[in-house]
Amino acid sequence: MSKNYYDANDLRKFGKITEWSEDLGNKFFDYYGKVFEEGALTAREKSLIALAVAHTEQCPYCIDAYTKDGLQRGITKEQMMEAIHVGAAIKSGATLVHGVQMMNKVNKLEM
Amino acid sequence: MATKSLKARNNDIANTSRQMEILSNGIFADGELPTFAAKIKETNQFPLRPKKLEILQINLGYMCNQVCEHCHVDAGPDRKEIMTLDTMKQCLEVIQKTKAHTLDLTGGAPEMNPNFRWFVEEASKAGIKDFIVRSNLTIIRANKKYYDLPQFFKKHNVHVVSSMPHWTRGKTDKQRGDGVFDKSIKALQELNAVGYGLAGSDLKLDLVYNPSGAFLPGDQQALENDFKKALKDEFDIDFHSLFAITNLPISRFLDYLIASENYEDYMISLVDAYNPTAVKNVMCTNTLSISWDGWLFDCDFNQMLNLKVASKVKHIKDYNEELLQDRNIIINQHCYGCTAGAGSSCQGVVA
Repeated sequence: MSKNYYDANDLRKFGKITEWSEDLGNKFFDYYGKVFEEGALTAREKSLIALAVAHTEQCPYCIDAYTKDGLQRGITKEQMMEAIHVGAAIKSGATLVHGVQMMNKVNKLEM
Repeated sequence: MATKSLKARNNDIANTSRQMEILSNGIFADGELPTFAAKIKETNQFPLRPKKLEILQINLGYMCNQVCEHCHVDAGPDRKEIMTLDTMKQCLEVIQKTKAHTLDLTGGAPEMNPNFRWFVEEASKAGIKDFIVRSNLTIIRANKKYYDLPQFFKKHNVHVVSSMPHWTRGKTDKQRGDGVFDKSIKALQELNAVGYGLAGSDLKLDLVYNPSGAFLPGDQQALENDFKKALKDEFDIDFHSLFAITNLPISRFLDYLIASENYEDYMISLVDAYNPTAVKNVMCTNTLSISWDGWLFDCDFNQMLNLKVASKVKHIKDYNEELLQDRNIIINQHCYGCTAGAGSSCQGVVA
């Protein structure tokens, strides 16, 4: 057992989750593969969405995977950083929009 | 950005036996990764054998006006290995009798060989119809004596294949040197001006994309669409196809992988992306590579590793196509570069 919670080498072993639950694991990977296929959105657009979500989810494996995926697709570092800002803006917006809830509560409770 | 070749810098990696040592040891020796031979044995594709010979790829010399970070040739202005007229004459004798239909001229910058034009003209007389010149583009703008290259290419209906790592200035100049992007754009516009690369034109202009770093190329068609849109919108440039080529762990790219501590991860990526279908069409099965000094190799990569063909005939002066075609192709771990994903060759994807 590793002394670290995260190990970069574990990303390559992702597929092994099927070993302990084959049916569900395979269904997940089929679904995952299908999601990232070219569709109404391009595979490139999906890669950028995945990169932004990887950051808001703060998943180091996903960040590793989708940074490399972006480079492979010719996505520039400026485009990647802007995508992350979209994620960050929604994260901070989601925090701040709850400020209205706080304001509503204060307005209700205060005389 | 380096301005000298590894050879001129006396870098350890310039030594081909050192490169072979690196490729044969480490993660491949301790069994963490399967060797290429073991991998192709799984699908009964060992030993790898040539199919019909279609392309003679001649390296006219290692001299180049650029010093690209990823160059597997370790080419540059300081390289003095240039094919002589005598060796060219030996090649012409072979061209007259070979069954190969395509002559693929590479380097370095092949145009820098002082007898480049003479050689193309003579090969044309000898009956070659399909010429490929692997041009780095900037050579066309490097000196007045090269300004008329687009016209020369047109005259001999040369198929121009040019490197272009990205449609943005930043990524291009980082890999190929400052100012390369602007000069390449100008050269492409000049090729377009004489009719190259236009829709329906017989004057073929294709681009080669190599990743600028320790990652594999993405989908060739998607990259071609992105390149076409960006180059058309911003610079009104047209071209025919884009070939996505994987960087092989050889020479300067190997040096970069080791120095940046990406070597092991890169080899793992190549092995993980191994595609047995790509093995069927790797370019060493239909190409012969000839070095500036007339030695024969299975491919340009084996040439750079000094792995001469496993045949009685090893030099152009002794050329015998029948004997040569009856050989086993020499493989090593660098071959994983040609079988990753959709595969990779000088003509782009193979699977």
